[in-house]
Amino acid sequence: MTQAKQPIIQIRNVSKRFGKVTAVDNISLDILAGEFFVLLGPSGCGKTTLLRMIAGFEMPTEGQIIIDGQDMSLVPPNKRPVNMVFQSYAVFPHMNVTDNVGYGLRIAGVSKGEIRDRVAEALELVKLGGFEDRMPDQMSGGQRQRVALARSLVMRPKVLLLDEPLSALDAKLRAQMQFELSDLQDKVGITFVTVTHDQDEALSMASRVAVINKGEVAQLAPPADLYEYPANRFVADFVGSVNIFEGKLTLDEPDKAAVDCPGLGKIYLNHGVTGPHGADVWVALRPEKIYLHVPGEGKAVRAAAQDAPDGHNLARGTIKGMSYLGDITLYEIQLEGGQMIRVSRPNLSRHDQEDFTWDDKVSMHWRADSPVVLLS
Amino acid sequence: MFNRTPIAPLEYTRKLWMRSWVGLTMLFLYAPLILLMIFSFNDSKRNVVWKGFTLKYYEKALNNDSLVEALVNSLTIAALATIVSLVIGALAAVALWRFRFPFKGLVEGTMSLPIIVPEICLGVAFLIFFAKVDWPTDLPWPLNLSAITIAHITFCFPFVAMVVRARLASFNKEEEEAAKDLGATEWQAFRDVLLPHIRPALVAGALLAFTLSLDDFVITFFTSGPDTITFPVKVYSMVRFSVTPEVNAASTILILLTVILTFIALKLQGVKGIAETH
Repeated sequence: MTQAKQPIIQIRNVSKRFGKVTAVDNISLDILAGEFFVLLGPSGCGKTTLLRMIAGFEMPTEGQIIIDGQDMSLVPPNKRPVNMVFQSYAVFPHMNVTDNVGYGLRIAGVSKGEIRDRVAEALELVKLGGFEDRMPDQMSGGQRQRVALARSLVMRPKVLLLDEPLSALDAKLRAQMQFELSDLQDKVGITFVTVTHDQDEALSMASRVAVINKGEVAQLAPPADLYEYPANRFVADFVGSVNIFEGKLTLDEPDKAAVDCPGLGKIYLNHGVTGPHGADVWVALRPEKIYLHVPGEGKAVRAAAQDAPDGHNLARGTIKGMSYLGDITLYEIQLEGGQMIRVSRPNLSRHDQEDFTWDDKVSMHWRADSPVVLLS
Repeated sequence: MFNRTPIAPLEYTRKLWMRSWVGLTMLFLYAPLILLMIFSFNDSKRNVVWKGFTLKYYEKALNNDSLVEALVNSLTIAALATIVSLVIGALAAVALWRFRFPFKGLVEGTMSLPIIVPEICLGVAFLIFFAKVDWPTDLPWPLNLSAITIAHITFCFPFVAMVVRARLASFNKEEEEAAKDLGATEWQAFRDVLLPHIRPALVAGALLAFTLSLDDFVITFFTSGPDTITFPVKVYSMVRFSVTPEVNAASTILILLTVILTFIALKLQGVKGIAETH
């Protein structure tokens, strides 16, 4: 969809080492004009270092960063066509909102009249009209963040960098800001590059996500692909909740595949996985894709048989743990082999959570297109 | 006493023993100063017993040319020492806060040495130093104060550096980066973001330096010549003959001066700004 667009940022074999620690390890990726790009990863994975290198606050040890066709190697941060919203917002505490937002324009020597108009426009954009004379210490965290946003947007950068933009906000405000940020990005059409460790944030806002692990890109894909087609165990585990079982690939044809998992059972897929036959593989199964049944009536067997050969995609176990989360109920189930598996079940009607309880014996089945076979 | 609300267990400020203790502490701290001020109005040459109110010793003090000259010298030295200490101290603090360099710990330790070293040692050291380098003593005013001023800068600037450093610890470096990100050069970011942040520390440091310099006796005594008497040295020489109310009057003027200066500085900055740690 955005594939036809030009890359606005090209990261070429960039590495960054601090002494003996490699923070970023030979990363290459293109960020396209107008996209909402998210760098997702656990803390300490190098995502913030990468963002700071784009902003110019860190110099790559190796490699090249090209912004809008221009090599940035020797360009200091104050000369780059990017602006950043810092994790702490870094709103200047001794300036009021107007002066904060107008700071960059004043430095650039823009005329007073134009500054006034552009500041007003930027404040309108982030819904801070009427706050012009407020001092930062008279504002909430969410409002200060809007000031930081306006201060960057008023510069009309080619790329807006956001470092953990929502981490300091409470859950309700975070959800609201997620929508607002996406909305804002649509409106201004500027490329957004965001760093976050929060997968919900990444999934809800991004057009594409790069999952970073130990300084390397683990996977680069749109959010839905990341969740439904993770490339490896790290991504499967980091993005969302997942059950992972080790197994051997026993069948691999273009339209079907099977894995024998000692912990879980026989698994059948209605598509090929193109892995080496007999190889050690891992099967990832999301908790919400597993159906729970009361055992004994053969319901699970019949359900599984709809799209898989007899005896495949079935498991039995005992409920050992249960947590009711309102919209769903989460079950920890001990399989007959002893391993634990997590299953979530939507509470479609008010009494659904009463169907199963601790120590109940249950059967499970899943559809043949649900498991993901991972080679690494 | 007229307040019928019972005193809660943690309401220490309403307890009699706490109030008397605070009162005693205040008395201990300020009684000598208050006595000094009262007796500056005493109409008695011996100044031991209260003989009646007069302002004549203020008149006498202000007409004492050598005393006024000493006061002017002291104020000049204090002003110069404060300005130079402020610049050196602030720059040293910023350098130590921002950069990593070899022997940084050593530099830091050496810098605060003048705070720790006994003043008498510093005084003797300056005496020997200025004698050895043959520092000219017959220069016209105010250049004849240069030796004392240099000595004062030496023990004043570490205090400024210390206060500024403490303030810098609470600076959010992202603010400076944000300024640069918005197009500011290194200097503009310093001027627009870092300087406003350390301003309270600069005011506090200036106050410290000014008062330290103004009332320094030991080091000044060793570095002053016959033509460069400062106020404390002059008062000392007056006291050696007799403690007349004139000395009290002069001291009261000095106290008043420092209090007013402190008050102005606090007003300019706000007590909160100086007291706050972040």
